[in-house]
Amino acid sequence: MRADISTGTSFTDCNLPFGSGRPTGLQSVSSGHEDKGNQVVNRTQRFETAALPHLDAAYNLARWLLRDDHSAQDAVQEAYLRAFRFFEHLRGEDARPWLLGIVRNTCYTLLQKRRQTGEHVEFDEERDTDLIEATVRREDNPERLLLSRLESARLDQAIERLAPRFREVIVLRELEELSYQEIAQTVEVPLGTVMSRLSRARALLREMLEKAE
Amino acid sequence: MEQHDNELSALIKAKAKRYQAPAELRNSINANLQTAQLPDAEVSRTGGARPRPEQTRSASWPQWLNLGLAFACGVAVSVLAVFFLKAEGKDDGMTQAIVASHVRSLMAAHLVDVESSDRHTVKPWFTGKIDFAPPVKELAAEGISLVGGRLDYIGQRPVAALVYRVKQHTINVFIWPSTSTSPQDPQFAIHQGFSVAHWRAGEMQFWAISDVNVGELHTLVRLLTRTDAP
Repeated sequence: MRADISTGTSFTDCNLPFGSGRPTGLQSVSSGHEDKGNQVVNRTQRFETAALPHLDAAYNLARWLLRDDHSAQDAVQEAYLRAFRFFEHLRGEDARPWLLGIVRNTCYTLLQKRRQTGEHVEFDEERDTDLIEATVRREDNPERLLLSRLESARLDQAIERLAPRFREVIVLRELEELSYQEIAQTVEVPLGTVMSRLSRARALLREMLEKAE
Repeated sequence: MEQHDNELSALIKAKAKRYQAPAELRNSINANLQTAQLPDAEVSRTGGARPRPEQTRSASWPQWLNLGLAFACGVAVSVLAVFFLKAEGKDDGMTQAIVASHVRSLMAAHLVDVESSDRHTVKPWFTGKIDFAPPVKELAAEGISLVGGRLDYIGQRPVAALVYRVKQHTINVFIWPSTSTSPQDPQFAIHQGFSVAHWRAGEMQFWAISDVNVGELHTLVRLLTRTDAP
């Protein structure tokens, strides 16, 4: 679990290529203002076109990370506002991983706040996965697991029990069907890390499901 | 391993929950975007130097503060409720007695002991029956006729009851020496559909009750408490 994630710092700390194509100061106030008005409207429209189609994905990620509806809504709302402010950053890229990255950062900030206030006891990766690995005998017979009979609720539970950094790659890969490259972009880790996390997440999940069997 | 991964992938795709954004979230984001454009226009105009993004209140408001506020509100409501119930509790028995007495006076053929619209007949009638002299006012000029007086028994003591009539509505005014709990200014309430007023004047406390609405009772009380009346 990364403890040093603070939402938005990576954006605020860099210089923004702001206002290229902006009217210069020599232009008359009225035309500049009008131009600006159009630009703002266009910007809102462009943002809506780029970001709103991914609202379900954003909410799904937030809901899985925060595990409660209200916080997830708050987080997505804040993330969208933030994304709107930093929209200039998005240059010809796919909006989805960029947007989901902002959602993710917002969620982690909330999770961190929760931990500070002791409101929820978050899954402790060091402690809890060791525990799982210690108690589950590794059987090289995964066929034992009757996956087809598995109930949705139990599967959901197992995913929820994963540490956030494993949970998020599962959600992004399996439910949102992002490519490894896109996940790497969203989570801000190298491609190799994505693959190893995903593989470990699947192994953990399988163990949990087997154990519950 | 790859094969099992595929199997697990398929399973998750098929069975794990994919949450969908609630409509309210969609709406509030749309609303946010409409309002958010103004400060951004401002920032754009002033150039590259941008302020740090403000967090939306709903999200930045610390969770514990929410909880704390909710708790504080709960405590405040409970404390107020206890206070009011206590305050109410004192008067409530009395109000019940007033209502009961009013209802009884209308049910039995015993509305008045002394039937007269003349205060000089009604007031002396009480003398010798109770140990206080209730003030009696005639309000005929205001369309409120004095029907008479009656002896009643409320709160373990004999009290004077004056009966007035407005149109077809009967108004009982109970009078007896005041206690410290009687309010100086008239207080109005509705009990079992009856309008009830309670106040203190001089050394007496008054309870007026009727099936007129509170506004009309208010008028009567104003007339009764008027000092210039004869």
